[in-house]
Amino acid sequence: MNIVVCVSHVPDTATKVKIGDDNKTINQAGVTYIINPYDEFAVEEALKWKEKAGEDSKITVISVGSDNSKETIRKALAMGVDDGILLKDDNPRDSMGIAKALSEEIKSHKFDVVFCGKQSVDYDAGAVPQILAELIGYSCATVVVDLKLNGNKVIAEREVEGGREVVELELPAVIGAQKGLNEPRYASLKGIMSAKKKTIEEKPAAQADNFTEIIKMQTPAAKQPGRILGTDASAVPELVRLLREEAKVI
Amino acid sequence: MAKNILAILEQREGKLKKPSFETASTAVRLASELNLEIEAIAVGNEITNLVEIGDYGIKKITHLKSDKLGNYSSSGYSEVLANFAKEIDAEYLLIANTALGKDLAPYIAAKLNAGLIMDAINTDSSPGEIIATRPVYAGKALVDVKFMTDKKVLTIRPNVFKAVTKDKNEPEIIVKEIEPTNLKSKVIDFKKSESKLDVAEADIIVSGGRGLKSPENFKLIEDLAEVLGAAVGASRAVVDAGWRPHREQVGQTGKTVSPSLYIACGISGAIQHLAGMSSAKYIVAINKDKDAPIFNVADYGIAGDVFEVLPVLTEEIKKIK
Repeated sequence: MNIVVCVSHVPDTATKVKIGDDNKTINQAGVTYIINPYDEFAVEEALKWKEKAGEDSKITVISVGSDNSKETIRKALAMGVDDGILLKDDNPRDSMGIAKALSEEIKSHKFDVVFCGKQSVDYDAGAVPQILAELIGYSCATVVVDLKLNGNKVIAEREVEGGREVVELELPAVIGAQKGLNEPRYASLKGIMSAKKKTIEEKPAAQADNFTEIIKMQTPAAKQPGRILGTDASAVPELVRLLREEAKVI
Repeated sequence: MAKNILAILEQREGKLKKPSFETASTAVRLASELNLEIEAIAVGNEITNLVEIGDYGIKKITHLKSDKLGNYSSSGYSEVLANFAKEIDAEYLLIANTALGKDLAPYIAAKLNAGLIMDAINTDSSPGEIIATRPVYAGKALVDVKFMTDKKVLTIRPNVFKAVTKDKNEPEIIVKEIEPTNLKSKVIDFKKSESKLDVAEADIIVSGGRGLKSPENFKLIEDLAEVLGAAVGASRAVVDAGWRPHREQVGQTGKTVSPSLYIACGISGAIQHLAGMSSAKYIVAINKDKDAPIFNVADYGIAGDVFEVLPVLTEEIKKIK
């Protein structure tokens, strides 16, 4: 089986966001970057599929971004992915631009399955898996928390309001991983060492115009700290009164 | 043809739900601000309450009907909707950012080669085009985004845009029987979760964190949620510990929520959690540690023991309900 995982290099979720001088991006000073948390579930799923499918299977990891993204590609390689491709572009892209770059590369291979995180935790749109699937003509399920392969058929459970949709689709497919799909493994020391010897092919990302443009980025207005009504249950009646009469929410 | 906006309305189990009325209302508002013709559409088999859409100012709605599309199919829905959008040469497409809308909008945008802005929480039409504000970094920052394309797909966050009823009005309902050709991906079953309400949809959320000390103690959270008709939420710590299912997690790598009331119990307020719930209209924090960061965003706080405060709060609310 020929498997590809798409990963994205993003600020750690513990980052306190400050706005950059351009007022359009974050200030990157002092920010730690990590592999997008949802992409770890995608990598893990790819590794599990490869283990099941057997030794002649191969996993490639692809990322669109600057040279720094190589760190995240290495992380996937250390977890057990076979080789990496960096589609280089120093400029930010919207979901459409990312998906176009990925699709051009993926079309030139014969992948049976594409794993992605369901969204990256920077721009949070959650649109790349679907757009990519559309551009390469694969079927797709995203926000997937359970996945089974049965011959050519894939049964995916998607998290939706009030439960899970059980979706049937066929390979080749794009799968967007949601937290809960699996338990990502830690890279072993051996994995980390061998990742250094694995190849990362670098090439420019396919040209694509952005379809949207960020005009301004700002932090939300800080909330005024409220009132501490007390330190024990005696404050409860006052809390209930305020919720009814002032906030009018109950 | 005049410039137009297409409101895509979602049905679940044969009924339009609240986010669809918010979408309809928002489309009506945008149409008047930008001088657009308005069209509305719903895909499904039987849809029992289409007529209600008239009360929100929609005069005409097309129902794309097929017994094969009673349940969601990403490939089937996106195909018939993109075809309809091409047919009427829609300039703007508006969809609620529900599980279905979030899934569907990117496929449609790709098929139409359209710009896509997901999860808007505000729109500004004053420049003569839509500038959408959307949260990024789970709400730690907001961006204003504009479209660079002729065709534009916009999804709007549920519970944020108002569903405004206008005068009673019976809309024209055009039923078009269709035969979807692309059912590569289809929903074959639905597994209902045990929890009655989903945090992403709830108007009130009662959330618990590590301060609850054990999974059994979430009974206190569930009891309060029950009397309030609220959904149960959880912090990442308790989800990662396996106390609560992931679908209840609020925050970055969980759900970003905007309820009217968010009650945080035994949650200290890690930055990832605050990002996911700070846009709630009212926040109540109950936590023993008076220096916990959660109090910085709370409107009302009790710096006390959750085990003592929660049962009393549940009783007090029972009295007034």
